[in-house]
Amino acid sequence: MERKTKIDAEDGKQELVITREFDLPLELLFKAYEEPEIVEQWMGTKVLKLENKKHGSYQFETTDPKGHKHGFNGTIHEFIPNQKITRTFEMENTPFGIQLEFLEFESLSDDTSKLTMQVVYRSVAVRDQILKLPFAQGINMAHNRIQDILNKLN
Amino acid sequence: MNLRRDVFQALADPTRRAILLLVASQSMTAGAIAANFDTARPTVSKHLQILTECELLKQEQNGREIYYHINAKEMKEVADFIEPFRNLWDDRFNKLESVMKKYKSKK
Repeated sequence: MERKTKIDAEDGKQELVITREFDLPLELLFKAYEEPEIVEQWMGTKVLKLENKKHGSYQFETTDPKGHKHGFNGTIHEFIPNQKITRTFEMENTPFGIQLEFLEFESLSDDTSKLTMQVVYRSVAVRDQILKLPFAQGINMAHNRIQDILNKLN
Repeated sequence: MNLRRDVFQALADPTRRAILLLVASQSMTAGAIAANFDTARPTVSKHLQILTECELLKQEQNGREIYYHINAKEMKEVADFIEPFRNLWDDRFNKLESVMKKYKSKK
């Protein structure tokens, strides 16, 4: 299946751009970011707080399969319905620091829409680390599986 | 380029990443690699074939045995390993799309 999401991460830059076209009208796409109970469904997280306004803030909490809780939070700088959200994002208790996110929503047709998400990190190094995170986790999972198999054999 | 996409497809599979990880420390025969997995031998052979075709692994004849080793150059070229990051976001957005389609039909 073809992946509809594009990641643009130029070498040596401390930002990346994520773009995605949706088979959804603009209003529905925006609602997915606006309504706490919908955010919970697709992000797989608990929404502790979500204030959709300038100077508002948000707080999410996810629970991993081992039962550990992970917190995410940020401050909302701009909130213009069906157009844009500008906010900070921070994974609590990680060395990655705070990132700045510019989300732009646009209508392509009555039934399709597009999201462009520009994310700015504190440094090139942090951006590269975050980009590699899912790959590293994949390697770790594979490694743990090998370890499990080896343990069974012994 | 096609080759590059194939490389990322090859890397997207956890078993193939595990094979790369195994072979990274020393070159191994197909049999020795297969012995590390629960999967059937032909499945492992298929993975080795894919990894070799996209040049992440190289084959080397040593007597009667064929040894597999990491192609360091190709591995370095994909060292940014961006594809799993993209997949993560794509899965997330697919979820958003399906949640909102259901939401629409409920109304």
